[in-house]
Amino acid sequence: MAVLEFIKTYSPLFLPAIWITIQITVLSILLGIVIGLVTALAKLTRVKLLNRIADLYITVIRGTPLIVQLSFIYFALPGIGIELSAFVAGSIGLGIHNGAYIAEIFRGGIQSISTGQTEAARSLGMTQSQTMRRIILPQALRRVIPPLGNQFIIALKDSSLAGLITVNEIYMTSRRLGASTYQQMEFYMLAGAFYLILVTLFSVVVQKIEKTLETSKRQSSEIL
Amino acid sequence: MSQPIVKLKNLNKWFGDLHVLRDISLEVDPSEVVVFIGASGSGKSTLLRCINFLEEAQKGEIWINGKEINPYRENLNKVRKKIGMVFQHFNLFPHMTVMQNVIEGPVQVTGTPRKTAREEGMELLEQVGLEDKADEYPEMLSGGQKQRVAIARALAMKPELMLFDEPTSALDPELVGEVLNVMKDLAKKGMTMAVVTHEMGFAREVAERVFYMDEGKIIETGTPGAIFDSPQHPRTKQFLSQIL
Repeated sequence: MAVLEFIKTYSPLFLPAIWITIQITVLSILLGIVIGLVTALAKLTRVKLLNRIADLYITVIRGTPLIVQLSFIYFALPGIGIELSAFVAGSIGLGIHNGAYIAEIFRGGIQSISTGQTEAARSLGMTQSQTMRRIILPQALRRVIPPLGNQFIIALKDSSLAGLITVNEIYMTSRRLGASTYQQMEFYMLAGAFYLILVTLFSVVVQKIEKTLETSKRQSSEIL
Repeated sequence: MSQPIVKLKNLNKWFGDLHVLRDISLEVDPSEVVVFIGASGSGKSTLLRCINFLEEAQKGEIWINGKEINPYRENLNKVRKKIGMVFQHFNLFPHMTVMQNVIEGPVQVTGTPRKTAREEGMELLEQVGLEDKADEYPEMLSGGQKQRVAIARALAMKPELMLFDEPTSALDPELVGEVLNVMKDLAKKGMTMAVVTHEMGFAREVAERVFYMDEGKIIETGTPGAIFDSPQHPRTKQFLSQIL
């Protein structure tokens, strides 16, 4: 019963940390979606310069560790006069990081819509942007919900790295409490349990969204 | 004298090294129905797709309604607005209902008020016999029904010319008739139509002129009677003997 006692005693101390983890995850995902969509469109236009910029961004972000990116934003940027709080630096860093992956998810989703859809829209006289907005994106967004949900979960777990730039999220809190009580292993396990619960809740929400979309709009299975 | 709706002059198109259209010249007059026949790969579909600039011809002239269209200077959206296109695979918008599919063009492109567009849309759906399907999603329809919706969607833009790119080739045999009937109706109402098809019965009954294409060239042109009953070119003879 020592375990239950431990959980009961220390869980409340995690509540602010859990809230911060949720906030930083949601903010970084929202930022990531905006950056991802813009980047995906930049990658798909015929403007070579935009293609290059998008490619460069994706290459750099996917090719370097998140912890390096976060450290750069939090510890290095002040050197050129950009000082951000740990929370803001963490959210932006994670957002920029997720954006690169989300961009590829969006690009895949957009490209998975058959060219016949574009041709049908253009032959009605719709402009390129009308076609994208009215015809392609609504279909693509439905297709990217599952991989996007997956990215949400990755983002949630990755937010633990923000602890290393002093954000008081779940992982950081477990380290701090563990160090001061000499019960490091127990606190790591407790932190892990919280992540597991949050990931499970996220998954349930994503599945709900998928279900709603499926029934409300009848995803077409055939080649259209 | 009325001018042709479409006039092509020495149209040439390449896909890389492949010369898919060779010096195509032709005219389609208002209310005329022309049919393109030929083996697959002969360039029929590409030709049709060049007329509404889904493909770009590298050489030659395309005149629409007496005006030469330069794809780099002209607003192609304006040109396409007046040219309806029906595809082999329907290409209905799966995330929209039948009615939404039909009114998408008028509402988004022409700025028609939604209410007017719906009323006109309903008339078009009646015309193709699908007024009871207005609120269904495309996936609930049979192939023939889908193609009829696609025709209504194209007609909703009040086009001056309708292009049909193998409109019945993806259909089960028993569903071909309903689509051809809608097309025949349309022809009777005076719509100008350019049709790529393997339905020789339709060509014979509806077309004013038939073009036989082979390796990117139009090698024989004539009335359906002339082409089907007394083809002149050996290639035409061979093709017709294979399919008739």
